[in-house]
Amino acid sequence: MSALARLYPFARPALPRLVAGMVAALCASLAALAIPRVLERVVNGPLAAGAAEHDTGALAGAVALVAGLGLLEAMFIAVRRGFVMLPGTHVEARMRDALYRHLLELPVAFHDRWAGGQLLSRSMSDLGLLRRWLVFGLPTLVVSTTTILVGVSILIVTGGVLGLVYLAGAIPVTVIAFRFSRRFRAISRLSQDQSGDLATTVEESVHGIRVLKAFGRGRDALDAFTDQADRLRRTEMAKASTQSTVTSALTAIPELTLGVALVVGVVQAANGQISVGALVAFFATAAVVNTPVVDLGMTLSMTLNARTAVDRYFEVLDTPNTLTDPAAPTHLDSPRGDVELRDVTFRYDDAPDAVLDHVDLTLPAGTTTALVGLTGSGKSTLAMLVPRLYDVTDGSVLLDDVDVRDLARHELRTHVAVAFEDSTLFSASVRDNVLLGAPEGLDPPAREALLAEALDVAQAAFVHDLPHGVDTTIGEEGLSLSGGQRQRLALARAIAARPRVLVLDDPLSALDVATEEAVEKRLRQVLAGTTSLVVAHRPSTVALADRVAVLQDGRITAVGTHHDLLTHDPHYRHVISNLEADAAAHGLGEHDDEPAPAPGRTEHA
Amino acid sequence: MSTRDRTAATDATVPTAPTAHTSQRGVAGEEDSQLGRDRNRVVRARSRALLGDLLGARRKALAGAAVLVVVSTAGQVAGPALIAAGIDRALPALRDGDAAPLVVVGVLYVLAALAAGIAIGAYVRAAARIAQAVLLDLRRRVFRQTQRLSLEFHESYTSGRIISRQTSDLDALRELLDGGLTGVVSSVLFMTFTAVGLFLLDPTSGLVLAVAVVPAALLTRWFQKRSQVFYRASRVASARLIVHFVETMTGVRAVQAFRRESADAHTYAGLTEDYRAANARTFGLNGRYDPGLVVIGNVTVVVALAVGGWRVLDGAMDVGVLAAVLLYTKRFFGPIQQLGMFYNSFQSASAALEKISGLLEEEPTVAEPHDPAPLPDARGALHLDHVRFGYGTGRTVLPDLDLQIPAGQTVAMVGTTGAGKSTVAKLVARFYDVSAGAVRLDGTDVRDLASRDLRRAVVMVTQEAYLFSGTVRENIALGRPGATQAEIEAAARAVGAHEFVLRMPDGYDTDVNKRGGRVSAGQRQLLSFARAFLADPAVLVLDEATSSLDLPGERLVQEGLRTLLADRTAIIIAHRLSTVAIADRVLVMADGRIVEDGTPDELVATEDGRFAELHAAWQASMA
Repeated sequence: MSALARLYPFARPALPRLVAGMVAALCASLAALAIPRVLERVVNGPLAAGAAEHDTGALAGAVALVAGLGLLEAMFIAVRRGFVMLPGTHVEARMRDALYRHLLELPVAFHDRWAGGQLLSRSMSDLGLLRRWLVFGLPTLVVSTTTILVGVSILIVTGGVLGLVYLAGAIPVTVIAFRFSRRFRAISRLSQDQSGDLATTVEESVHGIRVLKAFGRGRDALDAFTDQADRLRRTEMAKASTQSTVTSALTAIPELTLGVALVVGVVQAANGQISVGALVAFFATAAVVNTPVVDLGMTLSMTLNARTAVDRYFEVLDTPNTLTDPAAPTHLDSPRGDVELRDVTFRYDDAPDAVLDHVDLTLPAGTTTALVGLTGSGKSTLAMLVPRLYDVTDGSVLLDDVDVRDLARHELRTHVAVAFEDSTLFSASVRDNVLLGAPEGLDPPAREALLAEALDVAQAAFVHDLPHGVDTTIGEEGLSLSGGQRQRLALARAIAARPRVLVLDDPLSALDVATEEAVEKRLRQVLAGTTSLVVAHRPSTVALADRVAVLQDGRITAVGTHHDLLTHDPHYRHVISNLEADAAAHGLGEHDDEPAPAPGRTEHA
Repeated sequence: MSTRDRTAATDATVPTAPTAHTSQRGVAGEEDSQLGRDRNRVVRARSRALLGDLLGARRKALAGAAVLVVVSTAGQVAGPALIAAGIDRALPALRDGDAAPLVVVGVLYVLAALAAGIAIGAYVRAAARIAQAVLLDLRRRVFRQTQRLSLEFHESYTSGRIISRQTSDLDALRELLDGGLTGVVSSVLFMTFTAVGLFLLDPTSGLVLAVAVVPAALLTRWFQKRSQVFYRASRVASARLIVHFVETMTGVRAVQAFRRESADAHTYAGLTEDYRAANARTFGLNGRYDPGLVVIGNVTVVVALAVGGWRVLDGAMDVGVLAAVLLYTKRFFGPIQQLGMFYNSFQSASAALEKISGLLEEEPTVAEPHDPAPLPDARGALHLDHVRFGYGTGRTVLPDLDLQIPAGQTVAMVGTTGAGKSTVAKLVARFYDVSAGAVRLDGTDVRDLASRDLRRAVVMVTQEAYLFSGTVRENIALGRPGATQAEIEAAARAVGAHEFVLRMPDGYDTDVNKRGGRVSAGQRQLLSFARAFLADPAVLVLDEATSSLDLPGERLVQEGLRTLLADRTAIIIAHRLSTVAIADRVLVMADGRIVEDGTPDELVATEDGRFAELHAAWQASMA
């Protein structure tokens, strides 16, 4: 099977042991097969002679031989387990790690597209299936096939016509097994995909638990989940139905064959064409062969499930990374921090229209630029292009006149740090979260100083009130923090990265006015000398910036100071002109009918 | 794990893990593998009770499946007997020219084979029906329980662990039901029939078999004790792996932006190795158990051969009978490996069920009333009646809050971070229950209201607007399932979301992708606002629900709010003065107390008032 051949690189280190395991498995089944031969000999020899000869010596020898073979069988089974199990788990672990590393490498665009549950089910369920197949399925398959082949050969060689009768039974079995495989594979794929979707639904139902609770939609979520789980159940039933047919056939056909063989055998024995001992041995051997034939249905479906798992796994592992490091990366020793977007067009893979349309924007080293535009105008998208979390569709993003695609990602992201609008924190201490992107190779005191400064700038003194201060675990497995607290930690993290270029995506939206003011005061000092791009929705955030760029319909339509733009740019006025300012200027509670800031848009009376 | 979708308990107060977890019930001690005797017994019993409950409901179906397997096994066991009959009876008869016994044996063999085949096929189907019904049942129970449990629970249990219960733990049970359960019934019956057959054929050989059961039982007992601990460890390791995976993939942007790929992959590799080692240990145990059973089986065959052989030599037994005895003995031990495998998956599933049953045992701290008070039409009058509240064992956030909000009033709450504003919002929405005092809606304690009624009356919109995968339409319709397209559009229009939705590739049918990847934070907030508009509650609680909106968007929302809030109660928490402008009343909070209360104009006019101060600062910042 070609899909399983792809396992080779992962299985290679384990291959000698796997092969040894198969050999041991074969030896075990040979020992098992030999036992009936010995029994035949003893039945034909000393026992057929019976009481007349009373050959106890021969009987004792046979008993010893069967005992020896029996122990050998058990020993080989133990050896097989020993050889196969460890490598099986290692193959699984290697593949799991490889998938994980690949997923971490794959660009954000990939993760936008793929549901979490589908990735998780590949990493856990699918690789679990594969492990069990490697440890149980594969040896069983090898042993079964060999047992059947060797057993049938023995039956043919020793059984003559009876062997041929048995062989005839193998033909429909093979045909049925083959047809079963084809049908089963399709259903198995569907079932594993549906399991992944179900995992996604579970994940979302927990991540969105607040929304479901706030709207009292737990019941509806349960109904939707039930429908989905029931679809999976029906798929599984279809699978069982296929399996039922093949199990029926694989049980009845060998038994029928034996029935025919019995009649033929008795007739032959009556005619003296075959000895009674040979007849007994034939059925003893046939019994050994029949067991794996009956189990073949199970072994086959296990193999087919494993194959589907491998297909699904490689589907993700084979996804090429479109956002890679250059073959010969340029190195910037100590970048000035000039950032330029030159004729940048950006379109999401599956979207018809470009979000950014021939954007030109320069961020001179050491200056702070606010990016202002309506919600959904592409500000965040533009911001994500600088650390190269997405690649431009056309044009280029330059850092010190070097295309960011010519820099190693690791280096680029050392120079550029981001605070996202939705502040992602991890299950780790405050310290680890804040120092996530801190420069490498700092000594502990320097790291502590960095931590203290970043927390101070972000006005995150609240961390000192946590049960274990900066060592308190936060994030999902720890304490939950408020939106404002998380945002401040995310900001501290970006600051602690000590970047040349700082990208802040609406970094103060969840802060109250007093805190915002305090953060801004300190932030302004930090930003001095750092090139910054600040996505801003409010004048108070814009106040951080030396100049403002206006993004409208995917283009930069104006660049200037806040006051210039306020005077000259109607769109800017529309976007940023402040309700608060209006409210403040006109007094609270007097919702008078003042003119709208931009013609035809709003009357807020 | 992204924490963006987790609102905080409060602005500055930090809830510690719920105290309920220090008890021995539920998910407490979930990560331990080595349990004390008593605890072990409790946990095992709980796990077995759950399995019994799941299977008990399907007693009839199980009995039916057992009948099928009996028929099939009888058909298969008949084989050796018929072979023995063929060799010992039909052969001599045929030699004497009588073919009738052979014909009878042949026909019986064919019938037995057909019966065995048909019955086993039907059994596979019946067993799958049971297994799938059990899995569906358990999936639903876990899902329902997850939705039922309070936020307090979710805040410490993590989404990854729930996912792990629903995926990898259920897989373990599935494995048992798929292979194991079907296997064990047929194996046990097969062995019973074979043993009975052997006893009938030759009691002496039957005794040999009976003696062989003793070491097998001892071996199994040893395996059970050891494997229980190992399987528990494997469940824990698997859950840790899943938790880490989910968290990292949710926050993959931050991982990449801060160059943590290799460090994180390293951490993950450690967890992978833990899980691998745990699996290897269970395999290793199994690798001793299985061959042990084979040895016992083979030794029994040897003893049967020796005992029987001697008797044949002494003329006390026919060769044909001995052949059958040996066949039976060999067949008896045929399924023993399968039985071992079953026991193995039973142990694995038990460990998984221990975790699942623990989760199912948890009681929500915010509980549904036994005898809910009716609330046909909420007016929306709120009364926080001397409310005291603190998160878990943490410090008290609200020492004694007494607040009346008449129906239809729009209240803005301002105050510094940590003043307790969000806490008030969460108590009103009953995300948490008060420690003392009561929250009353139209005079009824919210704890006495059915959640269905309460949620229809009170809706809360938070800063973190979560979108589910699916279309824009489905996401808005979450506010009121079954809403028409016109109603959905009206809601979107009211908050100013209609235009951008129309600009999306498929309008309202656009898939918002994973976690709304393609929708900006501001747009997410608009959509979640549209939900609230559609839900049309008597009380609307907005906790920083407009923080990511641009100003024109916020203006539209304010405008929409003015219409929407005209006839309903609202609590608005905002850091921005602009929101306060639409309020009838402003509450300034500090340290869990209301320090100022009045109309916006009154408060602005208050000399040295906090609000007046804030207002002045705002004015200054806008100048």
